[in-house]
Amino acid sequence: MLRDITLGQYYQTDSVIHRLDPRVKLVTTICFIISLFVVDNLIGYLIAGIFLTMVIKLSKVPLKYMLRGMKSIVFLLLIAVVFNLFLTPGETVFTFWKIKITMEGIRQAVFMAIRLIFLIIGSSVMTLTTTPNNLTDGMEKLLGPLKIFRVPVHEIAMMMSIALRFIPILLEETDKIMKAQIARGADFESGNLIKKAKSLVPLLVPLFISAFRRANDLAMAMEARCYRGGDHRTKMKPLIYKKRDGLAYGVVVCYLALCVVVGRILL
Amino acid sequence: MSIILDHVNYVYEAGTAMEFAALKDINLVIPDGQFIGLIGHTGSGKSTLVQHLNGLLAPTSGSIYYNGADIHDSDYNKKELRSKVGLVFQYPEHQLFEIDVFSDVCFGPKNLGLDKKETELRAYAALKQVGLEDEYFYQSPFDLSGGQKRRVAIAGVLAMKPEVLILDEPTAGLDPKGRDEILDQIAKLREETGITVILVSHSMEDVAKYVDRIIVMNRGQVLFDNEPGEVFKHYKELEQVGLAAPQVTYIMHELKQRGLDVDTDITTIAEAKNEILKALNK
Repeated sequence: MLRDITLGQYYQTDSVIHRLDPRVKLVTTICFIISLFVVDNLIGYLIAGIFLTMVIKLSKVPLKYMLRGMKSIVFLLLIAVVFNLFLTPGETVFTFWKIKITMEGIRQAVFMAIRLIFLIIGSSVMTLTTTPNNLTDGMEKLLGPLKIFRVPVHEIAMMMSIALRFIPILLEETDKIMKAQIARGADFESGNLIKKAKSLVPLLVPLFISAFRRANDLAMAMEARCYRGGDHRTKMKPLIYKKRDGLAYGVVVCYLALCVVVGRILL
Repeated sequence: MSIILDHVNYVYEAGTAMEFAALKDINLVIPDGQFIGLIGHTGSGKSTLVQHLNGLLAPTSGSIYYNGADIHDSDYNKKELRSKVGLVFQYPEHQLFEIDVFSDVCFGPKNLGLDKKETELRAYAALKQVGLEDEYFYQSPFDLSGGQKRRVAIAGVLAMKPEVLILDEPTAGLDPKGRDEILDQIAKLREETGITVILVSHSMEDVAKYVDRIIVMNRGQVLFDNEPGEVFKHYKELEQVGLAAPQVTYIMHELKQRGLDVDTDITTIAEAKNEILKALNK
């Protein structure tokens, strides 16, 4: 039941997108998100859609995997659509009881839905095609300049990669403890809210203990290998921009320019 | 009364790239009171199999019957099944959560809806069955040693008074002394109560001494299912699937090859000693 969570999941295959420098993918994702909020008309979203479809095609990740992540935001999507639909003032299209639906409302709701869907799919393309390690490496490099302001960039990146690495481990652990307690007659499903919350104690206590134990072991293992932060640390596979990365940046800049022109100036 | 598995298949993550058949067409009959060793290499499907026996996993196809009733019938009481078929997971000490040992063992019987007195009686009896001294009863389970924690966790399942006790690698991570103590206690418990015991392990050495029947799993299928002596006759095939017969089997075969007239079906060191003495005195 817990295996459905796709957050931060990597899909192993070999494609142009997979081989891109993680920095390119990070910057592209940010640009893509910005573009979604810059454009405000159908043609703009059409361009964004074409761009996204292209990237997905190139990434060779089955569309099914992208859409799996959508399940978790259906509820959020619904709220956003409903609020925009009913609460946007403007020219009334029709009235039903006390509810007024306006032309602007429909427009807002549709655009909001498209934005959210593209946003989720766009960021899952990044996580599906980049290993968590690569991603944090890229982030560390990108944030590198902040070191001047004494921001502990390396430490933040290390914490992120550890956190990401532990998600599947803890999920598995939860599954195991849950089964063990069910085998002892525990019931996680029935009862009212208070009873349900109480029934989580036999799950959460062992889970926290195991998380601390693992964290302790990890800290010990890092210390045993003389880990002492990022100072003077070299990498076995340093990130170096290749030709295709420059090309990708070019495509992204063109895309962003197109979005700005279509979204803001032409219409 | 027994457990019957009829053409059980189980597939993990069906329909994805990670699809993996963990169990393939398993047919087994587990009669009452048998002491069974379930042996297999890591990833052979033994843990998946035992989780089917108390209904934690439902087979992708096939059926499982407990005492003649299909456990996946919609009106079957799964909670009762889980009290009858007790499953002790690998590293069971990781599931302890209560403030003291005694309340932790009470968790199982309490979930069965028993009254306080009965719950406490059962918890006390279970802790005695695993040989834990009274002085530990009101300590935090997290202050105990590894072996003691494991016994508390086993007691937690025993307190539900199961008719079938399944232990998934109960000796993993214990030292030889702790291992022998746990296994001896399980053997004693079985002698006293006559319950069915299924011992999951990857070590023949561990189980050979105790069990009446060995089921060998390989890649999700049952490879051998017979008495220990018969299974160990196939020691060459066992090696091919990453397992080994007990060392004593190898010694007996070697002795026979060198001309000593001994019975090679022997499975324990005590039997081997008698057999060798007999052969030498002849």
